[in-house]
Amino acid sequence: MLEIKNLHAKSEDKDILRGINLQVNVGEVHAIMGPNGSGKSTLAHVLAGREDYEVTQGEILYNGQNLLEMNIEQRAAAGLFLAYQYPIEIPGVSNKYFLKAAMNAVRKQHGQPLIDTTSFLKLLKENMQLLGMDKSMMERSVNEGFSGGEKKRNEILQMAMLQPKLAVLDETDSGLDIDALRIVADGVNTLRGPDRAIIVVTHYQRLLDYIVPDQVHVLAEGRIVRSGDRTLALELEDKGYGFLETHSAAASAAAV
Amino acid sequence: MSTDNALLEEYSQREYKHGFVTDIEADAIAPGLNEDVVRLISSKKNEPGWLLEWRLKAYRHWLTLKEPTWHNVKYPPIRYQDSIYYSAPKQQIKLNSLDEVDPRLLETYEKLGIPLEEQKALAGVAVDAVFDSVSVATTYKATLEEHGVIFGPFSEAVHKYPELVKQYLGSVVPYSDNFFAALNSAVFSDGSFCFIPKGVRCPLELSTYFRINAQNTGQFERTLIIAEEGSYVSYLEGCTAPKRDENQLHAAVVELVAMKDAQIKYSTVQNWYPGDADGKGGIYNFVTKRGACRGDNSKISWTQVETGSAITWKYPSVILQGDNSVGEFYSVAVTANHQQADTGTKMIHIGKNTKSTIISKGISAGFGQNSYRGQVKILKGATNARNFSQCDSLLIGDRCGAHTFPYIQVRNTTAKVEHEASTSKVGEDQIYYCRQRGLKTEDAVNMIVNGFCKEVYDVLPMEFAVEARKLLSVSLEGSVG
Repeated sequence: MLEIKNLHAKSEDKDILRGINLQVNVGEVHAIMGPNGSGKSTLAHVLAGREDYEVTQGEILYNGQNLLEMNIEQRAAAGLFLAYQYPIEIPGVSNKYFLKAAMNAVRKQHGQPLIDTTSFLKLLKENMQLLGMDKSMMERSVNEGFSGGEKKRNEILQMAMLQPKLAVLDETDSGLDIDALRIVADGVNTLRGPDRAIIVVTHYQRLLDYIVPDQVHVLAEGRIVRSGDRTLALELEDKGYGFLETHSAAASAAAV
Repeated sequence: MSTDNALLEEYSQREYKHGFVTDIEADAIAPGLNEDVVRLISSKKNEPGWLLEWRLKAYRHWLTLKEPTWHNVKYPPIRYQDSIYYSAPKQQIKLNSLDEVDPRLLETYEKLGIPLEEQKALAGVAVDAVFDSVSVATTYKATLEEHGVIFGPFSEAVHKYPELVKQYLGSVVPYSDNFFAALNSAVFSDGSFCFIPKGVRCPLELSTYFRINAQNTGQFERTLIIAEEGSYVSYLEGCTAPKRDENQLHAAVVELVAMKDAQIKYSTVQNWYPGDADGKGGIYNFVTKRGACRGDNSKISWTQVETGSAITWKYPSVILQGDNSVGEFYSVAVTANHQQADTGTKMIHIGKNTKSTIISKGISAGFGQNSYRGQVKILKGATNARNFSQCDSLLIGDRCGAHTFPYIQVRNTTAKVEHEASTSKVGEDQIYYCRQRGLKTEDAVNMIVNGFCKEVYDVLPMEFAVEARKLLSVSLEGSVG
């Protein structure tokens, strides 16, 4: 589904990604971990197409298509969804209106008929129940005045409504208490399935207790320095990111 | 970053959709302004002597005035002697029904989305169509007459209801009020007159649609609305003009009078030609609008959506004389390309327990400059007066500007005056967020801008809210591509 080959990207004049290689197959859940500044969030935004980053080398294939040639909304329409670490506020635009506009925008790009209000509301109600969200949240402006937990839940709601093929969750666990974390994780787990892939970007192992990944990758200084199964995340929690530095230093020393 | 800025800039350039010219023979007088021109206009309209006298007084007073310079707009000197002060489509004298209106005029309004044939007209809206200097048609007259509502051309009211016109003309905006009001009083050509009798709730929305067509012609209409005790009226005003390279002057006066327990809701969607992307051409819109809440418990609301004109200079105001009277001002003003707007309101609290609300939303794009200028005055006798003002500015791109000039004067210690102001930018991250959810940039900006204006749209009459939304998206269309 997703194949990243030797991806290099920079922001302004700073190199951030320095040769990422990653393959994610449909049906899989991958976790990307790493210390602050390792490039985790950058990778998420480069996948979404944020224009602040410049890809200087490498390629990304998404379902056989060259992702880097697609603009942001084309990627969204092709089923790529990013759950933001810091969801954006849009004053005066109701959450409900925004959701419907987003769903219809995607449908329009595919030349499909727009969703009718009844089906939309039914779907919305189901998904909100799933995420334990109060009805009043729909009439409020997008993310405006939402608590940290409400914002994250709202991201997952959007994901549930848009039914993406590839979902990238950027530090969805940050700022969540344990109850909210469980609800959010439950929401993600219901979306897990054979025709979808999920990439979970996180600093902490804790989220992975609830969303169990098939593979874990550790990012340091813009490269994936280790990949493994879920035990790698546990090992990291145990030893901290410090042990990686010696590891990667040794690795690069070996490479020279 | 830079790509998004380029997009935003493009977004702020727009296409004007009402720029066509109607080819119709006009009865226009020679350019220039002097007492003879004032007399000529008056005689063309067959006016009574008292009105000519009033015009002449206004003209003589105008000669003593200087054009104001306190506003935050810049433009080359207006050459008043080059302008034509009267132009009307040539037409067979008296019209008895719409069937006799020149089909080219009907077609013009049809093209503008204002069908004048009653069977096609907007349900529940009576329209007075003003083309250049004169009113060409009024719909639903019969329905209104059944309720005793008078609605039609000002020039007709002068003949049919001289006592009413004499009593109220200039009673809210005297000819000496300001430079542009004095000019209008001297040369005004037509406009709408509206009288709602005691206790009547006007069964239709009343609407005047102003269209400038002729070249080098100034447009000076005068609207007078009188709501007698316990009556209610909702009045809508729309305006468009062809694309021309020269600037054209539009100096209108609107006077509203609300008696005891009466309510007037006045809504404007102003879409005069704004000039091209380089700032060439466009309407200079210098307008004086004021309402007087004469009676107790009366209410006047101004709602305006200003997207057109090269320059907008207007301050729809309310004089709150009656006890418990209420004044409201809701405004969305858009300046794109090289447009400039200096707009706001005045709320003058005189009566006890008077209340005013001001919600102003300024949107600037391109090189647009948008100023809010508002005055809240609480006089000595206005015990327990309340005012709430909120002025929000939204910037699209980084070459436009937003300015706020609030003046607050309080002479009564029981008054409560609140003022809030904010300035924000359409954020690149907001656009990115919307696009990540599948929306195109242009739709994203429309959504963000419409969200910003929500509080004003919520108080617009339904039909107008839809039009305003469409207008705003047209205004900003192609601006972010």
